[in-house]
Amino acid sequence: MQVVADVIAQFTGAERRGAFFIALATALLGLAMAVTGNGDSFGAHGALVLAASIITIFCLIRSFDKPEPSSERLQSYYDEPTKAGIVLAMAWAVLGLFVGDWVAWLLVYPDLTFDAAWASFGRIRPVHTTGVIFGFGGNALIATSFYVLQRTTRARLPDQLSPWFVLWGYNLFCVIAVTGYLMGVTQSKEYAEPEWYADIWLVVVWVTYFAIYLRTLVRRKEPHIYVANWYYMAFILVVAILHIVNNLAVPISFGSAKSYSAFSGVQDAMTQWWYGHNAVAFFLTAGFLGMMYYYLPKRAGRPIYSYRMSIISFWGITFFYMWAGSHHLHYTALPQWVQSLGMTFSVMLLVPSWASAGNALLTLNGAWDKVRDDATLRFMMVAAVFYGLSTFEGSFMAIRSVNSLSHYTDWTIGHVHAGALGWVAMITFGAIYASVPWLWKTRGMYSARLVEAHFWLAVAGTVIYVFAMWNSGIIQGLMWRTYTEGGTLAYTFTDSLVAMRPYYMARAIGGLFFLIGALIGCYNIWMTIRMARVSATNTAADLQDAPVAALQPGE
Amino acid sequence: MAIEERDAHSGYLTTGHEWNGIKELNTPVPRAVYFFLIATAIFSFAYWVLMPSWPTGVSFTRGLLGNDQRSIVAKSVRQADLERGVWTKRIASESYSAVQANPDLMKLVRESGRTLFGDNCAACHGADARGGKGFPNLTASSWIWGGSPEAIAETIRVGVNSPHKDSRISQMLAFGRNQMVSREEALNVAEYVRSLSDAGPVREPAGKLAAGKQVFLKNCASCHGDDGKGKNDVGAPDLTDRSWIYGGDLESIYQTIWNGRQGRMPSWENRLSDLDRKILTLYVVDLRTPR
Ligand code: HEC
Ligand code: HEC
Ligand code: HEM
Ligand code: HEM
Repeated sequence: MQVVADVIAQFTGAERRGAFFIALATALLGLAMAVTGNGDSFGAHGALVLAASIITIFCLIRSFDKPEPSSERLQSYYDEPTKAGIVLAMAWAVLGLFVGDWVAWLLVYPDLTFDAAWASFGRIRPVHTTGVIFGFGGNALIATSFYVLQRTTRARLPDQLSPWFVLWGYNLFCVIAVTGYLMGVTQSKEYAEPEWYADIWLVVVWVTYFAIYLRTLVRRKEPHIYVANWYYMAFILVVAILHIVNNLAVPISFGSAKSYSAFSGVQDAMTQWWYGHNAVAFFLTAGFLGMMYYYLPKRAGRPIYSYRMSIISFWGITFFYMWAGSHHLHYTALPQWVQSLGMTFSVMLLVPSWASAGNALLTLNGAWDKVRDDATLRFMMVAAVFYGLSTFEGSFMAIRSVNSLSHYTDWTIGHVHAGALGWVAMITFGAIYASVPWLWKTRGMYSARLVEAHFWLAVAGTVIYVFAMWNSGIIQGLMWRTYTEGGTLAYTFTDSLVAMRPYYMARAIGGLFFLIGALIGCYNIWMTIRMARVSATNTAADLQDAPVAALQPGE
Repeated sequence: MAIEERDAHSGYLTTGHEWNGIKELNTPVPRAVYFFLIATAIFSFAYWVLMPSWPTGVSFTRGLLGNDQRSIVAKSVRQADLERGVWTKRIASESYSAVQANPDLMKLVRESGRTLFGDNCAACHGADARGGKGFPNLTASSWIWGGSPEAIAETIRVGVNSPHKDSRISQMLAFGRNQMVSREEALNVAEYVRSLSDAGPVREPAGKLAAGKQVFLKNCASCHGDDGKGKNDVGAPDLTDRSWIYGGDLESIYQTIWNGRQGRMPSWENRLSDLDRKILTLYVVDLRTPR
């Protein structure tokens, strides 16, 4: 609570009023939803929005007449939203990974739903994917992007309200999404499950986010825009486009959660996987490449290996990815020529992907001793390796004849998690461990040994997960296509499930390792923050933020 | 203010920019990157030339190989049918007994029957066809609808209480709930039904069983027969054997009589081909053949 009050005390009078009116507007919106959607999950979500807004208003009113902040604040970067974003990212990580492991155990013990509808596979699976991708990944991206943006432009964020609006609004979106699934609200589009009202809300939030980026960039004091910002901006811009197009839908009424997509049939499928694949490309890849391009060289203390390589990879990835979505629909009703394009562009995509991974690893030349000693940097190194691995695998799986074996099997799940655990989560943990001491101004993490422990748990968990799914996926794929001499299928579907069981068990154990690692990370971060508080009250902060003179005043 | 400097470790110049301490080297892009870019581009061009790939407004480039996934699938399905035809034709045309007498054909029936059964029937009847509560055991008990291959084939074709127009209709009435028998009569007849198969010592006073028998002859015999051995034409099961669909303990029997039962078995006429259903029929019959 004190933290919230401190944040509001930093707001100027205009920002406090702005925040108040926004919260009032969302409160009214929530009220309207609750009334029109009475009896529908739409109404329940209205009540949720209303409650969130009222709490916010309450916090605002309590601190409304605090003295206005001095203009001294404009002399340093605005890092409070980043701090909050990191804490939120870790909270979502624990939730998302826990539910992921639950789903994994559910596939071993199908009775783990306890006969409750909300706990069925179809509902908790999207809670997992949304929790990890949008909750964990998204908050980490927003938090680090604010941090990186300010450092690499030497400009403060344009104001103090809009970053908080983005963070608040984005997490409200995630909560609406996740609670919706549990109530059975879904558009049945993977990674785009939330219904129309949540989607519209996200557009508002996202446009604000992009505006923050542009407003900061135009005030930059560096002549050039650092490559990390290119990636972050591609992430924001393309996700906006994808999100809007794929979610075009007509609600059945303004009092109902249900809507119908503007697309149907194979066009719907293609739109969905154009979205789905570019969500992988621009959410799970471009955004995290931005993260990597800042934290890895910073932590290693080395210059980026090749400026040119980072630029051609950027344009290569941006251009090729756009075409690749149809590799999710090989051998379907989608016309074959679309599949051919998806396949060939996916193959070409490997080159800029490996160029990025190579650029990251070559940047570590001259710092390998640090990689050996520093688990934080090792997180980032391993992330680059898994990035290379999963993109190679992806390009390989995009080849039609390979896909005929891998599609619908756990091989895809293995590929997903090589990318998700090995690349996305590892680079994020690395970036978080690097930034927590910078942000809270401590000498380092509370315990380097716990970082080390987290690292090994994460690596072990990932390796177990990925190997288990490769095995199970290939066995599955082969069992489904094995014929007897007489020309009939040799195995029933149930036979293949029986064969999967040991691998599902292994995956669930690997996932448990990964989850425990994340819990250790939370503890470590928590203790670091506490350590910072204690030292801040004992001694005046002796560490300075960025050189004051180098910073351009906020407005 | 771009000041290039030489990186001591790699020997390359930096680009001269710096962002919060991060610099970039001006290292040329490694040859390998261009090489693979060109190699994958050549592969892609070759693929586009050979395969259907680019839209041309109303149509698309068909590629030199004339590859078309739809006709390829159709062709491989025809080819597979042709290969299977060697034995499937014989199963389709020969009589049940002729197939049953042919060990080679029966081997194929067992092989393909197992996967057909596993993928379509095991969800209810169990992978081993031994059934479970509410779903009959197909390997042991006497048949509800008749055990001849023709009767079994008909059950599979039309189903039981299914939407199929010829569906077999199975009605075990809710005698208690619909007040056709009193509570006491229901209990007595349940005792009696249990005694039909339970060879153990009689635990109930004989008078109760006699009363139960009277209820049975009056209400039940029309379907289950005077001796309780069931009637295939109405799908009334044999009550004297040891196997039960809904359970043979007193409580379950009482529930059956009080609330009635309407088992549902889907019709497979529109879901499985004539051949597949014939294989399944032979497979189900074969389950009881002592081996
Ligand atoms: C949805 C569950 C279900 C499925 C799937 C199912 N059955 Fe049945 N089946 C039943 C039930 C219930 C009965 C008992 C019907 C009754 O009460 O008379 C039954 C009865 C039968 C009978 C008659 C048994 C007798 O004693 O006369 C045969 C034969 C049979 N099933 C074969 C099959 C075959 C072969 C398949 C797969 C193609 C199959 N069943 C799939 C539920 C199912
Ligand atoms: C209209 C015909 C009909 C009459 C009359 C009838 N039954 Fe049934 N009974 C059936 C049918 C059909 C089934 C099978 C239901 C199913 O498979 O779902 C059945 C099933 C049963 C079963 C369950 C067998 C098992 O394996 O679980 C019991 C017990 C039974 N009947 C007892 C009785 C008794 C006792 C009466 C007299 C009070 C009676 N039935 C009267 C048709 C009848
Ligand atoms: C504790 C670690 C994790 C475990 C145990 C886990 C488990 C699972 C399980 C069981 C599924 C469903 C697979 C199926 O349907 O067969 C799944 C799907 C998925 N998970 Fe995870 N997961 C973990 C971490 C993550 C992370 C960190 C991310 C992303 C950053 C992620 C992203 C996904 C995605 C995108 C899917 C959907 C894949 C598809 O549809 O092809 N998971 N996960
Ligand atoms: C060169 C880069 C990549 C290519 C060409 C590629 C290609 C593919 C292919 C062919 C599939 C399987 C589609 C199917 O059979 O259904 C797939 C699935 C997937 N990939 Fe990748 N991949 C790449 C990189 C990545 C990365 C880095 C991630 C990061 C997390 C990732 C996440 C996913 C996810 C989440 C799916 C599952 C989609 C679903 O079915 O739900 N991919 N990818």
